[in-house]
Amino acid sequence: MAIKHPTPMLDELEKGPWPSFVTDIKRAAEAGKEACADLLGQLELSYNDKEGHWKHGGIVGVLGYGGGVIGRYSDVPNLFPGVEHFHTVRVNQPASKFYKTERLREIMDIWNRRGSSMLNMHGSTGDIILLGAFTEQLEPIFAELTQKGWDLGGSGSALRTPECCLGKARCEWACIDTQDICYNLTQEYQDEMHRPAWPYKFKFKISGCPNDCVASIARSDCSIIGTWRDDIRIDQAAVAAYAGGEIPARGGAMGQGVKLDVQKDVVELCPTGCMSYEGGKLAINNRECTRCMHCINLMPKALRPGTDTGATILVGAKAPILEGAQLSSVIIPFIKMEEPYDEFKEFVANTWDWWDENGKNRERIGETIQRLGLQSYLDALGFDPVPQMVKEPRSNPYFFYTEDEVPGGFDRDIEVFRKKHAR
Amino acid sequence: MAEMVANRITDIGPPKYDEMWPEIIKNNYGKWLHHEILEPGVLVHVAESGDKLYTVRCGATRLMTTHMVEDYCKIADEFCGGYFRFTTRNNVEFMVTSTEKLEGLKKALAAAGNMPIGGTGHSVTNIVHTQGWVHCHTPAIDASGPVKSVMDALFDYFTSMKLPAQVRIALACCLNMCGAVHCSDIAILGVHRKPPVIEHSHLDKMCEIPTTIASCPTAAIKPSKVDDFKSVAVNADRCMYCGNCYTMCPAMPLADADGDGIAIMVGGKVSNSKCMPKFSKLAIPYIPNEPPRWESTVKAITTILEAYVSGAKRYERIGEWIERIGWERFFDVTGFEFTKRHIDDYRFAATTWRTSTQFKW
Repeated sequence: MAIKHPTPMLDELEKGPWPSFVTDIKRAAEAGKEACADLLGQLELSYNDKEGHWKHGGIVGVLGYGGGVIGRYSDVPNLFPGVEHFHTVRVNQPASKFYKTERLREIMDIWNRRGSSMLNMHGSTGDIILLGAFTEQLEPIFAELTQKGWDLGGSGSALRTPECCLGKARCEWACIDTQDICYNLTQEYQDEMHRPAWPYKFKFKISGCPNDCVASIARSDCSIIGTWRDDIRIDQAAVAAYAGGEIPARGGAMGQGVKLDVQKDVVELCPTGCMSYEGGKLAINNRECTRCMHCINLMPKALRPGTDTGATILVGAKAPILEGAQLSSVIIPFIKMEEPYDEFKEFVANTWDWWDENGKNRERIGETIQRLGLQSYLDALGFDPVPQMVKEPRSNPYFFYTEDEVPGGFDRDIEVFRKKHAR
Repeated sequence: MAEMVANRITDIGPPKYDEMWPEIIKNNYGKWLHHEILEPGVLVHVAESGDKLYTVRCGATRLMTTHMVEDYCKIADEFCGGYFRFTTRNNVEFMVTSTEKLEGLKKALAAAGNMPIGGTGHSVTNIVHTQGWVHCHTPAIDASGPVKSVMDALFDYFTSMKLPAQVRIALACCLNMCGAVHCSDIAILGVHRKPPVIEHSHLDKMCEIPTTIASCPTAAIKPSKVDDFKSVAVNADRCMYCGNCYTMCPAMPLADADGDGIAIMVGGKVSNSKCMPKFSKLAIPYIPNEPPRWESTVKAITTILEAYVSGAKRYERIGEWIERIGWERFFDVTGFEFTKRHIDDYRFAATTWRTSTQFKW
């Protein structure tokens, strides 16, 4: 097979220090993968045309599931028959993407025999992406994957594959068991993942602390972010070691020799001004702390999150289409997140019921909340409003009342009004 | 059919998370005390037990073949007991438990040539990106090519930690913004500049007209009869080329070699550290597609980074820096032209105008 199309433009992308996807794909083409040779050929054509060469859409899948496979067909199949079908299979990744090589090789073996050998490690939502299969291979791929203990991820108007930061596996700041939450929710809601039943897509992402290493606040309809309610733990001896330059600033994020200025870098950059550093002693007024993580980020050996931990639940993040981009908004300021997560799952059930009932076709939950009002969603959840849910109270005076809140109600007689007020 | 249903395994989900943990993580799960970055790309985590875990982070291409994955597996087998992981920005991390193994691992990675060590601390780490011309049907730009071009130019920032704070770059090939473009320090976004071209002879056969009409954020689409075909009409004055109608309706393609290109956005973040998360904002409305190396895009990003490095205070993200100096000063120091396209005109646009006499000359 080898390289069957000239690719002078793509060859330019083999130069330079960053690893080259072109060099990598050429290796697979040289090893006999027609799909790889033809993908490079079609991509070179796209570079010449400055337009893509995939046909619109494509509906393929496996029996029993309504999602997990993205269909794709070349619009120049005569030139590049190896990518005439180029479907994507989403494989649900293990939480926070730890792999054992023998397990990962199970997938590689299936994919080398039945697919293009190309992948994304990983898709933006978290899945292992097998990139480039012919339709007739989808069922055999699915059968072999599930035999080995791997399932498909989500696509379409369904629960998409949940994802988490690495949490307690290798981070001292994790306030919740992100991997267990991710796995538990994935297993609990398998039906919602594999069989689309909703107005549109819905994503969970779980971060262990407000640094939000999995970007849950921007990239999931329901963001679960670890936090704490008690005091930040302080090791004063370690604070002194930072001040003396014995420990590098921010754990060495600017190099080992960089000294921390506790007053200037930590105390004065605290967003609430709730810290002080006098007589070599660091003090935090924890009641005024908003748990932004800055001081902890800068002095990981001296400061730690509290021990009364749980999560803040925020809802509604989405990209711009249709009504504009949204970040998630606080719905539950604090919830304990302990297995089996019953209280959280009750909130999820109520959320999906309300959205499924009220959401329009292709309307993300963030848009449904915008359209019907946060109040309507809170009513459905049975939650009382708290100031933590808003950045600021409304500035316009256009607020609603229900009839029963106002003495006498809305049903009035104009004749009664006219007895006191002449026309 | 009956044969297909028999013996079918479904709804098993992913392998359980702890099945693929190295021993040291099993032993110290939830018991980590602190960490340090020993050098660019190398971390050490210390547990309550005194156990130390060294991590080496390597840049990766995200789009890769099984050959590349096998390369990673071989390194993991030789040095890490067969375990390794990927990060949320698609870097690869190898973990070892002793400094001797760490040195061997670093040497092996350097020898491999395609596993650059870095991406920690105040660096430019991997670019979160999308499918581009490699797999998607709605892109205005490629993804893998521009990412390779930008990372080559910024490679020195990946392997060092000399920035005021970490810089997150993301790319999306259309404004569906799959990934992190709307919340990144620097964002590369594929945009169109021409309304869709309508295939009236096929539209009614291929598309559901009401959903197509409802897909338009600016209500530019209405039903129309053209040459006896049931179809739609697009009011070009109201169309801003988002491409969402094409997502719904294959008879409304809009890709165009001369029209399509890149917008650059800046100043977004997702962490809550110091300030609340921020959206990224428009810095440059249009740069042409320049395959294979996208020179003008690379130059624009280098310009932003250099202005940020010389103007920002320590620990200031790009968005915090710009808000401190003011957007008028951002356009000054970068030399980017401010145009009418920078002024918001969608929905609650007025909240972004200057309702103050406070500004700089």
